[in-house]
Amino acid sequence: MTDTLRTENLKVYYGEHEAVKGIDMTFAEQSVTALIGPSGCGKSTFLRSLNRMNDEIPGSRQTGNIWIGDKDINSSETDVTVLRQKIGMVWQRPNPFYKSIYENIAFGPKYHGIKNRKQLDQIVEDSLRKAALWDEVKDRLHTSALSLSGGQQQRLCIARALSVNPDILLLDEPASALDPISTSKIEELIGELKKSLTIVIVTHNMQQAARVSDFTAYFYLGSLMEYNETSIIFTNPSKPNTQEYISGRFG
Amino acid sequence: MKPKAADKLATGIIVFFALLIVAVLLGMLGFILFRGLSHISWDFLTSEPQTIREGGGIGPQLFNSLYLLILTMIITIPLGLGAGIYMAEYAKPNKLTDAIRLIVEVLSSFPSIVVGLFGLLVVVQQFDFGFSLFSGAIVLTIFNMPLMVRVTEQAFRSVPKEQKEAGLAMGLSKWKIITSILFPVALPIIVTGTILAAGRVFGEAAALLFTAGMTTPHINFSDWNPLHHNSPLNPFRPAETLAVHIWKVNSEGLAPDAAQIAAGASAVLVILVLIFNLLARWLGRALYRKFTSIK
Amino acid sequence: MKSNQDTPLLLRKHRTEEWIGRGYTTICVLFLIVIIISIVYFVATKGISTFAINNVSLSDFLFGSTWSPDDNKFGALPFIYGSFLTSLLAAVIASPLSVCAALFMTEIVPSWGKKLLQPVIELLAGIPSVVYGFIGLSILVPFMRDTFPGQGIGVAAGAIVLSIMILPTITSIATDALGALPRNLKEASYGLGATRWQTIYGVIIPTVLPSILTGVVLGMARAFGEALAVQMVIGNAPHIPTSLFESASTLTSVITLNMSNTVMGSVQNNALWSMAMILMLMTFVFVFVVRLLERRHKL
Repeated sequence: MTDTLRTENLKVYYGEHEAVKGIDMTFAEQSVTALIGPSGCGKSTFLRSLNRMNDEIPGSRQTGNIWIGDKDINSSETDVTVLRQKIGMVWQRPNPFYKSIYENIAFGPKYHGIKNRKQLDQIVEDSLRKAALWDEVKDRLHTSALSLSGGQQQRLCIARALSVNPDILLLDEPASALDPISTSKIEELIGELKKSLTIVIVTHNMQQAARVSDFTAYFYLGSLMEYNETSIIFTNPSKPNTQEYISGRFG
Repeated sequence: MKPKAADKLATGIIVFFALLIVAVLLGMLGFILFRGLSHISWDFLTSEPQTIREGGGIGPQLFNSLYLLILTMIITIPLGLGAGIYMAEYAKPNKLTDAIRLIVEVLSSFPSIVVGLFGLLVVVQQFDFGFSLFSGAIVLTIFNMPLMVRVTEQAFRSVPKEQKEAGLAMGLSKWKIITSILFPVALPIIVTGTILAAGRVFGEAAALLFTAGMTTPHINFSDWNPLHHNSPLNPFRPAETLAVHIWKVNSEGLAPDAAQIAAGASAVLVILVLIFNLLARWLGRALYRKFTSIK
Repeated sequence: MKSNQDTPLLLRKHRTEEWIGRGYTTICVLFLIVIIISIVYFVATKGISTFAINNVSLSDFLFGSTWSPDDNKFGALPFIYGSFLTSLLAAVIASPLSVCAALFMTEIVPSWGKKLLQPVIELLAGIPSVVYGFIGLSILVPFMRDTFPGQGIGVAAGAIVLSIMILPTITSIATDALGALPRNLKEASYGLGATRWQTIYGVIIPTVLPSILTGVVLGMARAFGEALAVQMVIGNAPHIPTSLFESASTLTSVITLNMSNTVMGSVQNNALWSMAMILMLMTFVFVFVVRLLERRHKL
């Protein structure tokens, strides 16, 4: 299976402003890539462009190619619906649907045509297990998702993203709104999930990037400054700017 | 000391006027209920009105008001929801959208009598629906739609945008997101707004004088086939509503107990509007709790 | 999800849904547009035919003070005057009351003022206009008859009834504006040692004045278009009143009373449509003024 995610000269514009300036990147499969950099460096925009969420923002457009295997998903022929099944996404603030825990997970598979109740039950259980939430909620699957704590809600959102069996998972600062205990649970989960998924995570937290990721990409003013194995970026970066950011001198 | 004295005086005046408003409302409600409740009986609520003799009731009018309200809402809700969703979710920030917004604003400011006259000319005469419940329902829809559009738009805009993003990232169509994800969240506000709008429709009279008519033919309350001429459910018969009846009794009532009938009918109208208000609040809160399960 | 034969099916479903949603909501908006265009078109055509077909002179209609259809005199000035006079008076009575109510809720006793007055204002807004007319007829008119010269009915009675009806409109807009004021604005004034009234008078009112004016204009618009409540208490004499306690008419009251007693297409009937056209044009004016005020408010 060579469904490697790769971008080629990817640019994102908001109106006239070029927010992402021609990024070439290849994401290693079954590993975690962290995107770091100061606020406004384009890392979140870049992440959102990978499943074309920027399409929904009026006045934005993106050029270049995003390859999954040999398919360019940035071409106008690719329907975003199909693409977004393959790429799951989780945001900074947990955003479960105003539905029951069960419905939150079963919603996507149902929409994609799975009607069989047993099959759905199985998907719900599998997804919740993968997100390490099953044991906490198995007795109250039909209560509202909003009754969960923030950390649980975020894991529910991860489970929801997993329910449609994506190959790639995009995480946009998934732990920045959570307490330390919930954060460590999410980080543990990421380590578990990368066994079967390609994970791209945006984070402001250097320690977190160092802990969870295998590769790290440093963004600055819309450009990719440096991209390498995490251990190298954090111990021996090749650019002084990277060094300054990582050591907390600005950002 | 002078500014202090002025401050006290001004505060006193403000409090006085505020309490005056409360007193005016209580006085009016008290008057209506005091004068009206004594006249309300089962017989009054169900029997037919009398033109010259004493003891007329408001049965058909009450039925007409409720039935007309239902007919109106059947037309208004789908149209208002659709247009409101368009404004909240599909409209792009451009000149066309500005124009539609202006239209909604103008339409909501039109005097109801002008809308009624339009109904008379176009629905009653041009399309030949005559003085009928149907004509009345169309006019009330026009009268009510701007409010529904605004309520719907606000309700949809109040849904956190992360909800929509989550749906988009799952590859749902926009319409599926609107109906399955956003709509349940927006529903409490929509329900509250709709019921309040319904209360307004219920009390409207000026727009109905020339569309639903000022008379009610004899209705046979044992025939519920909407296609029959004398059936209460026949939407193409003229129908005087409760509000119109109050106006008519006051301006040309010949019955000796016209004042009592007007008071009784007003009390019924006010009580129903009160019920609408309370229902709107209660239902909105109950739905909100159900969907968010915040205890 | 990996099976490729599912994909076209899902795509088709997706496209169909998009098509349904876009189509349905667009039709609803088109309905709105068609309605407004037809209202303007039909009312204007009918309203203009008085002058274009029946050859009534526009100036006679606008400035003629005799309304006597039997003598072919179609001076609508008494009604135009009556409409403007009652709605202006209503705004004059209601505005200070509304501003006081808003200040009461936001500045004087913010803790419980809103709990007391908010439901009161909402109920006032919910009472149907015929009920206002009935109350006016049963309480206000006898009171005016006993207190002032005249029959009780008349411009004053109409204006008072209207003022209560537009009170909620002005109050809620004023309350929203006051509630949206930044905290530090008031604190700066109190910090300088100003009393509450000095703060209200010197800082708060000037800041929210455009919003209050917006409320007043919206209230006047409502008063101008209100038909039955005014018609029930104003007396309906087709003259320019010389005192506030004299019977008069408004555009809406004349239309209400005469529309069903005249034959469609007759001069008298067309003249009523011309009055409806004035009501419609005034709606445009009110909306325009509100927009102007809102724009000023944003600056």
